[in-house]
Amino acid sequence: MNRLWRTCFPLFLTFLIPFALRAQVTPERLLHATDEPQNWLTYSGSYASQRHSLLKQVNPSNVKNLELKWVFQAQSLQKFETTPLVVDGIMYITQSPNDVIAVDPKSGRAFWMYHYAPSPAARPCCGIVNRGLAMVGDSLFMATVDAHLVAIDAKDGHALWNVKLAEAAAGYAATMAPLVVKDKVIVGVAGGEYGVRGFISAFDVKSGKQVWKMDTIPDPDQPGHDSWRGGDWEHGGGAVWMTGSYDPELNLTYWGTGNPGPDWNPDQRPGDNLYADSVLALDADTGKMKWYFQFTPHDPYDYDSVQVPVLANANWNGSPRKLMLWGNRNGFFYVLDRTTGKFLNGKPFVKVNWASGLDANGRPIPTPQPAGMPTYPGIQGGTNWYAPSYSPNTGLFYLSTWEDYGTVFEGVKTEYKEGTRFTGGANPSPIPGAENPVGARSGPINTYTEAMAHGGVVAIDPATGEKKWHFEMHDVNTSGILTTATDLLFVGGREGYFQALDARTGTLLWKQNLGGEIIAGPISFQVDGKQYITIAAGNSLFAYALRE
Amino acid sequence: MVATGERDGVVPSFAATRIGTMVPLEPSQLRLPGVYFALRNQKWMCKVENLSQGEGLFVKIREYFLDAKWFCALCYLFYVALGGPAVRAQGQDRAPEYYPADIQYGAQIFSTQCTTCHGTSGDLIPGVNFRAGVFKRVVSDNDLRATITNGVPGTGMLPFAFGASELTGIVSYLRNMSTLDGKGIMVGNVARGQALFTGAGNCSGCHAVNGKGPRVAPDLGDVGNLRTADLLHRTLIDPAGSMLPVNRSVHAVTKDGKSINGRRLNEDTYTVQLIDEQEHLVSLTKSDLREFTVLKTTTMPSYKDKFSAQEQADVEAYLLSLKGVK
Repeated sequence: MNRLWRTCFPLFLTFLIPFALRAQVTPERLLHATDEPQNWLTYSGSYASQRHSLLKQVNPSNVKNLELKWVFQAQSLQKFETTPLVVDGIMYITQSPNDVIAVDPKSGRAFWMYHYAPSPAARPCCGIVNRGLAMVGDSLFMATVDAHLVAIDAKDGHALWNVKLAEAAAGYAATMAPLVVKDKVIVGVAGGEYGVRGFISAFDVKSGKQVWKMDTIPDPDQPGHDSWRGGDWEHGGGAVWMTGSYDPELNLTYWGTGNPGPDWNPDQRPGDNLYADSVLALDADTGKMKWYFQFTPHDPYDYDSVQVPVLANANWNGSPRKLMLWGNRNGFFYVLDRTTGKFLNGKPFVKVNWASGLDANGRPIPTPQPAGMPTYPGIQGGTNWYAPSYSPNTGLFYLSTWEDYGTVFEGVKTEYKEGTRFTGGANPSPIPGAENPVGARSGPINTYTEAMAHGGVVAIDPATGEKKWHFEMHDVNTSGILTTATDLLFVGGREGYFQALDARTGTLLWKQNLGGEIIAGPISFQVDGKQYITIAAGNSLFAYALRE
Repeated sequence: MVATGERDGVVPSFAATRIGTMVPLEPSQLRLPGVYFALRNQKWMCKVENLSQGEGLFVKIREYFLDAKWFCALCYLFYVALGGPAVRAQGQDRAPEYYPADIQYGAQIFSTQCTTCHGTSGDLIPGVNFRAGVFKRVVSDNDLRATITNGVPGTGMLPFAFGASELTGIVSYLRNMSTLDGKGIMVGNVARGQALFTGAGNCSGCHAVNGKGPRVAPDLGDVGNLRTADLLHRTLIDPAGSMLPVNRSVHAVTKDGKSINGRRLNEDTYTVQLIDEQEHLVSLTKSDLREFTVLKTTTMPSYKDKFSAQEQADVEAYLLSLKGVK
């Protein structure tokens, strides 16, 4: 019966597609996003954030027949980090600074464009970027680099409401795609390099009124405040700049938090610095915290834990369990129980020397390196915010990596001044005495050679934390990952290749040079019976489908 | 010996421009057998003969002429003398025409935003008199826009964050203050205009405002930023003549006979994108169509006779107040 159902289900879906077309995106549809694989309804594809498509037209045998169907060129030379939404035959993308464009996903032609002019006071730390949208009803939601949240009519691109999240001149920004849960749109703020006090807040999707707000750095009346000294918490960071996940059965929404401030001078902020570098499990209706898990207490290395929380239901020691899978910037892969926050397992997936391991509760055992010596992983982490994937088919967790990559950290006492950088130090070359290479390479010459780092994709078995396979790249990997029901894995990278791997073995099956760094995640969707795969690379969005 | 060559050296005296004059030179200047010399201030060029006479080096001026850049400068002076700048001022510094609706809109803004300092006649600031066209630093319309937008540092003139249509209005008013009959200004009322928009005018039967309402016609939530008062007035009077061509209605019939009507959003050689009557975004491939027509007409009625002048001004005032979601 089960096999029959599996065979018939895609046919059943194909039958349903015409009826699903043009209905509004109800909260109910968002709950069951994977039941309509022709669409891509949220930033991570579903509330479980697995970035796993159930479409099967493209498979390991025919993936070599993928051909470019269209290109959408962004009217911006900023980094292009968008993940599109595809809803009932219409694609919605963002381009820098804060434009939204509705695009025909078959031809790449635009229906409309909404332009938002951010305040000149905006000062996002690391590029004027936007990573995508959320949608419910006929409304799209975009967070802006000047820390506003804007609702936009998906039919004609007009703004419906606009609320200010925080003061852009103080260093607050917003770059993530928001997350809609029921009748609320949830968003966080960036600004960890400016000593902001991070928060996550929820707004009514219709009115834009704030429903709840959760500060990631507790004030004197909130639990966790004793992890700070004096007034350090007031500019304690804990920014939230990547999209969270949601478990409807538990009604918990999960969000990763960024570094404590100042980034690299922990002596200025004694204590564990809660809830920086943590995952927070919040009641989706009230924002109240049910549990937290801090990955890197008293972080000296800028190990933001803003990675997208990947939710999986799998057997753990013989019984089914609600898991959370997390490849952290600090170089460890974690498995948590997402009902309670209990640490279940953790192992390094890259070279790590800042900690000798994790104790029974998942707390790292610190091994600070001598002054002038490199710490592994380096400042950009063993991975960063690049969206990972989990395939229920293979049971593997897939992660983009920076490997054998270190940084010499040097803390410097820094006075907090609103709106100015509050990083507390410098990062000299990881090679003692050598010139410090540029951190983020751009352009066609690879200055980021093997002397600095290399990267790739790792497939991790969550049950053991061991790597099942490893796909090596000469350069580091800045790309998100997509897996499909046909055991394909799509990934880009800093080199600009868009690649299809066998998700079971890591074997390269297809590649194309797109000529620009890939700092976004691939998605898949289906329109008029044709499965597409898109990826943003350089300054353009590329759409592929099988040759006719 | 007469020779020509590259320009080199500087002859020390303007007096040397006379033909036949002997000009003394330093030995270092005589490195070419024959040269064009630039005279003092580089105004004159001259062709010379090299001569050596007595103890010093001399050249003899054979002919002289004006240097090219000075020739150009002279031409410009003639142009100025012949009244060129006056032509330019009419052609570029000011708009060719200022429209009544813009002037009226500008008058309203002026009365609320500018009179505290400038006075109702625009002459309270010493050295500035709008009616008389006397400004301290403004020449062109663009100067006016820039001064209003940026303010004047160190003075009481603060920067004003006006939109393009508001600036057009203010500039139009300032340029016409001297001839304007204040009694003739039709001041629109925003609240009355909104009531007409949703009521007698039935504008809201087709247009949404910030997402509230139908999408048959464009959302007007930020039309006050996008269109000037004059353009809005002309749209009310002659909708088909002033609509943006991209917004035109389209009619398509697919090869299998399906009829599609909608408002065009975008079009290229091979495809067209529209919002159909059911408010769906639709992208059509032209080769799949049996029929495709872009209509030059519009279903929007003219309000020329439907609304009185006052009602038109009211609706325009309401539309101009729509500045988008802040």
